[in-house]
Amino acid sequence: MSTWIAFWNILKKDMKNYYLMPSNVNWGIFFPVSWTLTQFIRSSGNIDVLEFLPGLMAVSVLFATTSMLSVTITFERKGRSFERLLLAPLSLNALLLAKITGTILFGLFIASVPVLLASFFVSLSGVNWGMAYLSVLLIALTSTLIGLVIAVSAKEVFEAQMMSNFFRFPMMFLCGTMMPVQKLPALLRIAAYCLPLTYGTDILNRSITGASALPPLACIFALAVFSAILFGASRYTINNKWIS
Amino acid sequence: MDTKEIVNVSNLKKTYGDFTAVNGISFSVQPGEIFGFLGPNGAGKTTTINMMIGLTKPTEGSITIDGIDAQKHTKKAQALMGIVADESNLYDEMSGFDNLCFCASLYGMKKEERESRARQLLEQFSLAQAGNRPFKAYSKGMRRKLTIAAGIIHYPRILFLDEPTTGIDVESARQLRELIVDLKNHGTTIFITTHYIEDAERICDRIAFIVEGKIVATGTVEELMESMSSGHTLQLVTEQDAQELADDLQARFEGSKVSAAKGNTLNIVSKDRIPLLPVMQYFDQKGITVYEAKELRLTLEDVFVKITGIESGHLEKEKAGAGK
Ligand SMILES: Nc1ncnc2c1ncn2[C@@H]1O[C@H](COP(=O)(O)OP(=O)(O)O)[C@@H](O)[C@H]1O
Ligand SMILES: [Mg+2]
Repeated sequence: MSTWIAFWNILKKDMKNYYLMPSNVNWGIFFPVSWTLTQFIRSSGNIDVLEFLPGLMAVSVLFATTSMLSVTITFERKGRSFERLLLAPLSLNALLLAKITGTILFGLFIASVPVLLASFFVSLSGVNWGMAYLSVLLIALTSTLIGLVIAVSAKEVFEAQMMSNFFRFPMMFLCGTMMPVQKLPALLRIAAYCLPLTYGTDILNRSITGASALPPLACIFALAVFSAILFGASRYTINNKWIS
Repeated sequence: MDTKEIVNVSNLKKTYGDFTAVNGISFSVQPGEIFGFLGPNGAGKTTTINMMIGLTKPTEGSITIDGIDAQKHTKKAQALMGIVADESNLYDEMSGFDNLCFCASLYGMKKEERESRARQLLEQFSLAQAGNRPFKAYSKGMRRKLTIAAGIIHYPRILFLDEPTTGIDVESARQLRELIVDLKNHGTTIFITTHYIEDAERICDRIAFIVEGKIVATGTVEELMESMSSGHTLQLVTEQDAQELADDLQARFEGSKVSAAKGNTLNIVSKDRIPLLPVMQYFDQKGITVYEAKELRLTLEDVFVKITGIESGHLEKEKAGAGK
């Protein structure tokens, strides 16, 4: 019960202080909208919206989540308010879950922006929404956890920002959000399959266009493994580097 | 082990590489008392607190909080603690009231309970007017007060205060000391660190002097004074050079030790208190004017200097205008 009260209030505070801040919401929306327009102009209006949508959703979630958590945690650590959370009689698992839940919800919201945009251009009746949002959830989870790993390693806010970009720009190009992974040179393809986003985009593709490279269960399994490793790495860093 | 003690620290040690920040200290805190750590900057006060609250891992030693092994059952021990860091670390964007409610929620307090407690604390700390203002708009003194309020919102068994009066103005520091004593009078046990003699002298029931990671003395203010007391000193300022007077005076007051301080100032030291009349009669007979006569009292500062061998300049005296 008391864990739940703490969990819920941490989540609520983050929502109010960070995720519902107009500037963050605007930025989260601005990105997918401008990205869509760029693609639209580049292809002189001839884009296949359905084929384009999964990548856009994936990239939007990736951008919304990785930097969000790493920046907010680094910020709270610098102001030392994060110490309060660490010193509360709340397990580290519950604390980290509360922290990532806010970011994941933010990611789910941001993923819906391109969906809304797309719905003006094409019929989305063929989309398997359950699977689509499951994959968005998994992309949000793994991207958020990458943000967490960055957060526990970075000391300054700008450092967190830079490290986020270091991860997400390559991911954007490698993970099938802009071009199919199959079209990449062999070496890059191997790299792609070392990144969680590749698996998330793959399920998302299947749920929207019906095309995918791997069976969804394999992707879900891969994403679960990535999540476990990233979560464990964050826990380890906090327990051994922050409290040392 | 004596479970009546709230805090029991034994042989606690912390090393960073070759450097020893805390060097095998032991002490205990009794329920209901204010126990103070007095020591200069870098003595190891914060490191000790951080080990007790679970923010730093000890290299060696044991810590029990209310009978709980704080290293094994950290979360259980933390539930009993109120922690006020040496910086006012609340959320800038949130109001005072919201900050307090949020901190209460971390300890599992229910909504109605945390809201009424937050209101009560804002009142008690004279912050009710500022309750709805964002934390970032608070003055330094107000920030510190709210941070302490946040530290006690869940009725902790033991409150840790790391340098609560550092960096705030003299008047706020005075108010804070009153608040701290008030908390104690309402039953909160307090562990406080400071580098101000004033804090230690005025509010602590017991004090440990900590220097270079070691506790060099522990006791009540009286006990520490007693241990260092070398008798009573009467200081006189006359119109004549003290050096010239000393020998003659010594012959007249055989049971005491007379010494010339500087210039026209003389000290008479005796096992017992020195009655003024015979001294004054002596000077009267000699026709020497006495401008000043006072009994010198040993201060905690003197005791600290004597025990630690550290110049008192390393320990700060609270000055008007210290901090902002
Ligand atoms: N993480 C750390 N790494 C290395 N040295 C440290 C660390 N933390 C504290 N110290 C050193 O330990 C000593 C004690 O520090 P601290 O406990 O903060 O002193 P105080 O609070 O009494 O001013 C200081 O010399 C400080 O530089
Ligand atoms: Mg300190």
